[in-house]
Amino acid sequence: MKKGNTVFFKNTPAILSYAAVCGSKEKEGIVGTYADITLEDDMYGESTYEKAECKMLSTAISLAIKKSGLEEDKIDVLLSGDLLNQIISASFAARDFEFPFLGLYSACSTMSESILLGAALVDGGYVNTAVCATGSHFASAERQYRYPLELGCTRPPQSQWTVTGAGGLVLGRSDKGVKVTCGTMGRVRDYGVTDVNNMGAAMAPVDGIITP
Amino acid sequence: MTGRTRENYNKNYLEYVKTQDPPTKHFKNCAAAFGVGGLICCIGQFIRYMLSYIGLTGDELAGATSVVLIFLGCLLTGLGVYDRIGRYAGAGSIVPITGFANSVTSPAIEFKTEGWIYGMAAKMFTVAGAIIVFGVCSGVIVGLIYLFV
Repeated sequence: MKKGNTVFFKNTPAILSYAAVCGSKEKEGIVGTYADITLEDDMYGESTYEKAECKMLSTAISLAIKKSGLEEDKIDVLLSGDLLNQIISASFAARDFEFPFLGLYSACSTMSESILLGAALVDGGYVNTAVCATGSHFASAERQYRYPLELGCTRPPQSQWTVTGAGGLVLGRSDKGVKVTCGTMGRVRDYGVTDVNNMGAAMAPVDGIITP
Repeated sequence: MTGRTRENYNKNYLEYVKTQDPPTKHFKNCAAAFGVGGLICCIGQFIRYMLSYIGLTGDELAGATSVVLIFLGCLLTGLGVYDRIGRYAGAGSIVPITGFANSVTSPAIEFKTEGWIYGMAAKMFTVAGAIIVFGVCSGVIVGLIYLFV
């Protein structure tokens, strides 16, 4: 059923399990207590930040599957994406698994998009279980979108930080756990924010404020 | 207020965003930039005096002073100190020649993971390239004016 831009699910797709990996800066904040694994070293024992991002994502996916108690061959599909070119972290993380992979790109809303699409697949009966996952890394995102880390430039007070972390969850039909009842598909709205340091203003406009 | 056109939406929204931004501490930033920038200049002057003791004069002296400052800028970037100074000092550490050294060294370090040739060497001037292009162009134009006037 669809109402406006929101789709409603009938057959109660539910979150069977979830896992999160986060970096050392995130550990200091409120999300740190909810993470399963916290990195002491943001390189995660790898040679580059991109490889670290990929490893975080892969770890989050395998941990979520492990926590669900399902075998890996019971997973039907992986829906995942990240912030880098050609969603390279998600694509490379998908090498570690035997189930098929659908790559998504939706910037910061990749996780919610993956849950919406995963829930639709589960609800429609096309798959029994779907894994939804997303990851990002502060250092790799800075390099992709802004300046090198060692460049001595000032950050304005309103600048935001890209999360170092990855999260994954397993969707399946169940009466237990958090159910996915509906999902709203977002529209792209460009209100002319060009400040690379103020991503929040570009991505979360509120219509009531801008409509005169 | 204004009509319901796309331009007005954008204008209203950007005005709203501006009201939500935390204020920039201009006085504190200016003071930090003045202090650190002045300190870098003092260090430069100190190096200049030291080099004049070993017998350098004129253009040689100016060149050698710049080389020492560039080296220090690169070294501090490599040690991961210069970006911390920059975060505090802003223009104070960007404007002197050490800031230029930092803008060349930092992408070189960042892209080293992509290889020595296609990574470090190719991406070294991603930040400083614009400065070099317009610096050389304006140098040529000023030189031509100087030649004919």
